[in-house]
Amino acid sequence: MSDNVLVITEHLEGEPTEISFELIALGRRLAADLGGQVEVLVAGDGAAAMADRFGGADTVLVVDDARLDGFDPEGHPRVAAAVVEARNPKVVLVPYTSEGMDVASELAARTDLPLVSYCKDVRAADGLAATCQLYAGKIEADVEVEGDRAVFAVLSGAAPAADGMSGGAGAVETVDVGVDLPGRVQALGFTQPEAGDVDITAQDVLVVVGRGIESEDNIAEAEELAEALGGAVAASRPVVDQGWLPKTRQVGKSGLTVKPKVYLALGVSGAPEHVEGMRDAATIIAVNTDPQAPIFGVAHYGWVGDLFDLVPELLERVES
Amino acid sequence: MKIAVLLRPVPDPVEELELSDDGTDLDRDFLGYVLNEFDDHALEEALLLKDETGAEVSVWALGTADEVDQILYTALAKGADRACKLGDDLGALDSRAQATLFADALGDEAPDLILTGVQAADELVGQVAVLVASALDLPHVEVVVGTEPVDGGIRVTKEFWGGITGDYQVALPAVLGIQAAREAPRYVAVSRVRQAQQEGNLEERDVTAPEPAPGVKVVEMRIPEAGEGAEMIEGDEAAAADAIVEILRRAGVA
Ligand SMILES: Cc1cc2nc3c(=O)[nH]c(=O)nc-3n(C[C@H](O)[C@H](O)[C@H](O)COP(=O)(O)OP(=O)(O)OC[C@H]3O[C@@H](n4cnc5c(N)ncnc54)[C@H](O)[C@@H]3O)c2cc1C
Repeated sequence: MSDNVLVITEHLEGEPTEISFELIALGRRLAADLGGQVEVLVAGDGAAAMADRFGGADTVLVVDDARLDGFDPEGHPRVAAAVVEARNPKVVLVPYTSEGMDVASELAARTDLPLVSYCKDVRAADGLAATCQLYAGKIEADVEVEGDRAVFAVLSGAAPAADGMSGGAGAVETVDVGVDLPGRVQALGFTQPEAGDVDITAQDVLVVVGRGIESEDNIAEAEELAEALGGAVAASRPVVDQGWLPKTRQVGKSGLTVKPKVYLALGVSGAPEHVEGMRDAATIIAVNTDPQAPIFGVAHYGWVGDLFDLVPELLERVES
Repeated sequence: MKIAVLLRPVPDPVEELELSDDGTDLDRDFLGYVLNEFDDHALEEALLLKDETGAEVSVWALGTADEVDQILYTALAKGADRACKLGDDLGALDSRAQATLFADALGDEAPDLILTGVQAADELVGQVAVLVASALDLPHVEVVVGTEPVDGGIRVTKEFWGGITGDYQVALPAVLGIQAAREAPRYVAVSRVRQAQQEGNLEERDVTAPEPAPGVKVVEMRIPEAGEGAEMIEGDEAAAADAIVEILRRAGVA
């Protein structure tokens, strides 16, 4: 076994994702504690062309394989597992993203390594340990790894991406892992989202409705408030999944990332997947009936109470 | 086509969570459980496929909470053809143990498609969908937001981020982790659930919980301090509205 940290990077249409660099930054911290190096895996059709982007790593392991077209839910975990077997890292970091969800568990199963998911922090100074967000952010758990190797699936925001962009040797190594790919999952191509009526990433004020808004009819009141403030209405995922607002209004992991001047969250619990898309807003105001709601952990201002009591009062003041 | 849907009870997210005395788990004595919301979407997607193709839908749950019977009867009332409860009084199980038990039970059933939710709130050691696929050596796709049966398999849409999706053609049998069904999960009248309960078509199988795999140990759980770092506004809605308007003014937007 080496003392190294292996970061499984991800990319979409030739562009490494931000979280890949966050994990390299985290990996550098862990490698310093372990006395090892940071290796990154870049796998995919055309991966070699991206190798020079990973100057934050000591070694860039490239698997450029035409069979790994786009993201391959069957191929990528197999390649990652083969690279783990070949390089024997102590720590493997996988982004807890749509791609990482297909990779992390299979990688752990194939290599027989323990896996810790939902990590917001990973430590290596005194044995391997992590802090995880469970129950949609309502509980934080400190966990320890019993052996000396593990795979961690890490949430976005664990370390600043800027710290993972440079500072390593960036030595590129092409690896041929020769995995056999059964080809049971075939990529047919990506679809970009349709442009919406409103660009929520360009607003100064967002009035954001969560499941607490209860029905499609109640959204009108939020619209009125947003309009009075010169902003727009955005939403959490369940509101969009119900079909009450279009997908282009969704904030979060699978929606959009927004940084308005004011983010007024009405009946949004603050699950990690939502917070990912809004935590950098300049002023976050949260309204929720549940004093334990995790949204109060990222908000700058909070009020515990019923949004239906508050909104008319707000409208009255803002409109006058 | 035979579709198996894995349903998992999770602590009710609207209830206040409390910790056990040793602080390494939830205090589960008085905890209410509900169906994991993403599993509800998995069930809905299965029922849509049944509407379209006449597929047979079976639902499976582990006996990890008292509410499991209710969850399974609700699925029958919604249109599932069979419901099977695996074990009883199993206590809380980690996702690896859950996946092992599901994979053991489904191995002989040989469904064409296994659906479950993309994640569950208590999944510390892995994605159940992917772990079941790994155990049965089946292909998997996580974060699925739509399916369409086609010749020789199924077409699925996987969500990436920023609204970007990818389409895949997957050979059957396969396991899918459902993020959201094409339509919002259907409701079912309580009377229909009660009727299903009276009919009592619940298959039950004995299973033994596997020894917890060594590897990861929870040393401490915490309920993050509410409003840590946030300035909490006191008072009624009028006071709150005054305070918020003042904050908006300072931010230059009102
Ligand atoms: C892969 C993946 C990607 C995801 N991507 C996203 C994403 O992009 N965006 C996203 O938002 N979610 C996303 N999710 C879902 C996420 O996990 C949560 O389920 C979701 O954010 C919860 O939305 P919510 O806060 O509106 O609902 P809930 O968690 O149900 O919260 C509703 C809140 O409203 C409060 N409330 C109820 N009534 C009132 C009232 N009258 N007044 C005030 N408060 C009230 C309740 O106390 C509660 O806190 C994703 C999940 C997965 C697995």
